Order: sequence, then C-alpha cells, then structure tokens
Amino acid sequence: MNRRIIDGALRVVPAAVAIVGLCGLYEGYRRMGIATDDKWPVIGGDLPVKTNAITMPALSDIVARFFEPQQRRSGTTVLEAVLQGSWYTLRISLAGFVMGALIGMALAIVMLRSKLLEKGILPWIIVSQTIPLLALAPVIVTWGNRIELVDWQPWMSVSLIATYLTFFPVAVNGLRGLQSPPNHSIELMDSYAATRRQTLLKVRLPGAVPFLVPALKLAAAASIIGSIVGEISIGLSGGVGRLILAYAQQAQTDPPKMYCAIIGAGLLGLVFTSAVGSLERLMPGSRHRSEMSL
Amino acid sequence: MRDTRTSRWRLVLALLLSFALFAVACGDDSEDEGAGDGPSSDELTPISLQLQWFTQGQFCGYYAGIEQGYYADRGLDLTIIEGGVDIVPQTVVANGDADYAVSFTVRGLASRENDADLTQIAQVFQRSGTRQVSWADSGLNSPADWEGKKIGNWGFGNEFELLAAIRQAGLDPETDVELVQQQFDMVAITNRDIDAAMATIYNEYAQMLETVNPETGELIQPEELHVLDYNDLGVAMLQDALWADTNRLEEEEFRAQTVDFLAASMEGWIYCRDNLEEGVQIVLDNAPILGEGHQRWMINEVNNLIWPSPDGVGILDPDLYQQTIDVAVEFEILAGQPDEEATRSDLMEEALAQLEEKGLDVTGADYAPIDVEPTPGGE
Repeated sequence: MNRRIIDGALRVVPAAVAIVGLCGLYEGYRRMGIATDDKWPVIGGDLPVKTNAITMPALSDIVARFFEPQQRRSGTTVLEAVLQGSWYTLRISLAGFVMGALIGMALAIVMLRSKLLEKGILPWIIVSQTIPLLALAPVIVTWGNRIELVDWQPWMSVSLIATYLTFFPVAVNGLRGLQSPPNHSIELMDSYAATRRQTLLKVRLPGAVPFLVPALKLAAAASIIGSIVGEISIGLSGGVGRLILAYAQQAQTDPPKMYCAIIGAGLLGLVFTSAVGSLERLMPGSRHRSEMSL
Repeated sequence: MRDTRTSRWRLVLALLLSFALFAVACGDDSEDEGAGDGPSSDELTPISLQLQWFTQGQFCGYYAGIEQGYYADRGLDLTIIEGGVDIVPQTVVANGDADYAVSFTVRGLASRENDADLTQIAQVFQRSGTRQVSWADSGLNSPADWEGKKIGNWGFGNEFELLAAIRQAGLDPETDVELVQQQFDMVAITNRDIDAAMATIYNEYAQMLETVNPETGELIQPEELHVLDYNDLGVAMLQDALWADTNRLEEEEFRAQTVDFLAASMEGWIYCRDNLEEGVQIVLDNAPILGEGHQRWMINEVNNLIWPSPDGVGILDPDLYQQTIDVAVEFEILAGQPDEEATRSDLMEEALAQLEEKGLDVTGADYAPIDVEPTPGGE
C-alpha cells in the first residue's frame, strides 16, 4: 500500500514540477516584458513576443476566465463549454481510436504472415502518414457522403480522420511486437504442433504487449489531434476543436478565453492518453499483473 | 493460467468494442439535437445550403428564413451546413452533397472554369465588405502611401482587391510593398506589428472597435483608425453569392424549387433588414457561443452590403460583375471572361415577382444602417 503511494507520488511530482515551472516561465517572461516595456533587460533589444494583455494574458486571468460565462447573456461558463466540447471530442476520438487500433492490429497480423506481405504493405503504411491531413479531410467528407451503407454523419468523417492517424503506430509497433518473441519460443510452439492461431494468441500477442502499450498511448494522443484538426477542417460543431476556432476569433477582444480552450484540449489529450496507458494493467503479460490480482 | 490469459484478451477486446459502441451511440445522440425544427417536415422537400463559414450574422437571412417559416411556407425544409476551414462550398454543390452554396462570385466562376458545373443564381451582397485598416496616426490615407510598408492580407484568394489597389496606385505589389500573411484576426495591427490590415467591415473591423487598446486602456475608437474602402477605389470584387448545379437547374422540378428557395432566402434577408434585433436573436439561438454585440454589428453591416439593391435583392449588378471579372482576369484567377451561362437572373427575377406579389420591399431604397455601439469583447 505504502509503495503504491510512493510510486504514485514519484509519477505525479515531476509532472507537477514541470507544469509549475512552465507557468513560472510564462508569468516571469510576461512580467519582465511589462516591467521593461518589451525590451530585454541589460542587453536591450525587442522581446520576440510582446507581453500586452492581448498577446499574453495573465495566468490568473486565464484561470478566472474558466469560471465566467462564455458570453454575458450565456448561462454556461467557459469551463462548462470546454468540458462539454472535450467530452464530445473524446467520444469522436474514441470511435476513431478503437477503429484505428483494430485496423492497425489487423494489418500487423496480416504483415506477420509473410515477409512478402510485410514488404508490400509496410511502405504504403508509412507513405499514408506523409499525406497532409488538411488535404485528406475534404476528401474523406466527400467519400463518406458516397457511402450508401450507413447514414453518414459529419462526425464520422472526423472519427475517420482520427482513425487515419491512429492505425499507424499500432500497425508498426504491433508488427515489431508480434515479431519480438525469440525464435526458440516459436520453435517450441512448432514442436507442440501448435497452429498459427495458437502461436499468435499464446506467444506472439502477449509478447507484443510491451510494444503495443506505448503505441496505443501514441495513438490515443494522435486520435485527439486528428479529431481537433478534423473538426476545424470540416467545420463540425460541438467539439473542443471548434471551440478553439470560435474562441480564436475573439483572440483579440477576449484573449484569455482562447487559452482556456487550448488548455482544455491539452488536458483532454493527457487524460485520454493516461486512460489508455492504464489499460496496460488489464493486458495479459503485463508487468502489473500481480497488482491486478490483489 | 492459459484460461485467464485468453479471458483477459477477451476482456480487453470486449472493453474496446463496448467503448466503440458507446461512442457511436453517444455520437448519434448529439446529431439529433439540431434536427426536428419546424412543425411537420414530412411533406416538405428537404434541401440543403452549404455556408462558407460557421454560423454568424453574415448568414442571418437563411436562418431567419427557417425560423420565420419562409422555406416551409414554400414546401421546403432547409438544412444549413456550416462551413469549415477546408470546405469549398461550391465544390460541395458540384459533388452533389448540397443543393446550394454561398460562395464569393469569383471563387464560383473559377471553379466553373475548372469544369465544375456551377451557376450563380443570385448575387446577395451588392458591394464588397473588404477594407484595409490602419492606425490613423500612421498616415496611410491611400494605397500610394503603402510604399515600403507592411501590408497584411489573408491570402487564399482574398488578396486581389489589395493587389489591384496597389497596382492602381502605380506601385508594384511584388517589390514596392511588403505583403504580409495575416491571421484571420486583427492582433497584428493592434500590436502595430504590421502597418495596415485586411478586415471585413462586418467582422474584423468590429473586432478592432471591441478591443481595449493596450496603450490607452479604453476601447479603440473609430477616429483612431483609417479605413480604406475598396468600393471607393473601383477595384472591389463581389462577394457572397448563391450557387447551384448547372445541369440540375435544367430539370423542371429543381428549377421551380430553386425559385422558391431564392424567394424564401431573400424574404429572410428582408426580415433581417426590417427586424435587426430579431435577426440578432435568431443568429444567437443558432450559435449561442457568439457575442451579441458583435452579431448586432455584423448583421447591421451585412444589411448595408445588401441594401439598397437597386435592381432588386439578389440581382447581379452588371457593372460590378464586370469590374470583379476584370480584376480577376488581371491577376489570372480567371483565364478570361466567363461564358454567358455562368450566371442567370431569371430564377431570381421569378422569386422577386413572388415577393413583390406579397407586397414586400425588394430594393430597400430607403434603407439606412443604424449606429451600433461597439461593446467590449463584442458581448
């Protein structure tokens, strides 16, 4: 029990220090700029970023803005709006993430079948990630509208954009993971006359877990980014991406608000990534298995 | 041991799948929120309009048309599709994913030149809304004063009025002026990082007036700014227009529906002209995230771009059309004069006849904008 608390603290403390440090840096720079009229102290010359209230609102203003209404007449506070938007974006990302993880895993298993398949597919998987998302987004919308099978909704296009970013790390790392068990383990399974499927389930998949967990964490972060970019790109409303854009239009008249949405989006990525990371405990072959059984 | 492993994989898989189902189910919920407007949409013909940006006062007329039942009165059930950063409205129509689109005149014409079957069916904004804004104390009173200055523009096809004005002043846009890519906001000019910024009179200019000047601690006053109007220079280009698929307009049914769509849309714009406050409410009801003061300013200024419409609302002014094309051809956005079928006014004229029969004022000859007081933050 005590060890757990210590472990937890060891994980939280550096992160907290980093955040406090960043905030300190921001506030320090800002106050220095205000004090020196946007000049470097001693050496002189203009600061690279101006420190007035429009460009760099005070941290206290940003925090306070969370608890004020979005608009004078609006009943919702910025915090509520950001939470609602984040929840919406999270659901879209989740759908994209699950799809991407399944597709990535399927591709990894297919590529495992033979070197030829690996050589044939892997380069295309890598090429797929060099296509700019912004070029892809309108195409996905158009294609989605051509699908007769389901009643295509705009949010599905955004999920698909998230899928597109998600499958990549899973496919690449998944393949490496599936190939990771040493030859003698595979040969042992062969000597038992195990089928491919049995070897896959009993040796390769558990062996892939240490590779999959970081891949899924990467994929989780990517799926949030994909959703946010997708929302802005195709104009889906309701999510935190759209909120960033809407608030950015008031970047000058209400500067702290935009930062609220950006902080919200950042936290969303963090929460989703840690949630996916904690899936690790559930996975077979995980280091945390013993803790799980407690 | 073997069993727990397999079952744990199953657990993970089951969790993932249930997450996915959950996410999909939730996604469906939120889709329903906007639906179900109007009484019974069973007998109504569903039609759609693709905007070029998100819901805001710029599109007040269409929202008012829905709220006031002008579309429903004509048997139409209009769905408005919001734009996005990468959405090209006229392409959406050309792909058949929307019936109508709001797009700038030249953008639609350029798509048509690239073999998209698009026809302009109405010219909603009669004037250009683009301005070039500088601080009054920098003394940039005409484009001739821009020599050697940092002049902001948005790019993406928004810069041609600016380039034409520079050339008209006898300057070379490539060498005599420092053209700066500007964000879609006014932060750079407010911070004096650039000397003049591009702004629409209905949006970004208002943002300036809604801003507390970091130097004075008070709202920026109109007297502190110099606003250059491209309409006055004779290089203005026409903007918000309505587009439809050329071939579909040949179908009798779609043609009749389009006349009704235009009549309802313009009736919506007439409503926004005569009922500014209600127009503000309608826009805010559709997009509660927006600031009330800013939308009041926007609708008032957009009204001023539409009204008066001397030949009737939605009718293309041939001289301004030619001016728009001339600038476009000069800067090679268009290869040449568009063909005759690129625009048609017969549908709009039939729609106007409908409106006149209802006794509505379709020219707004007496229209005058009100004075909207800028509010801090546009609230």
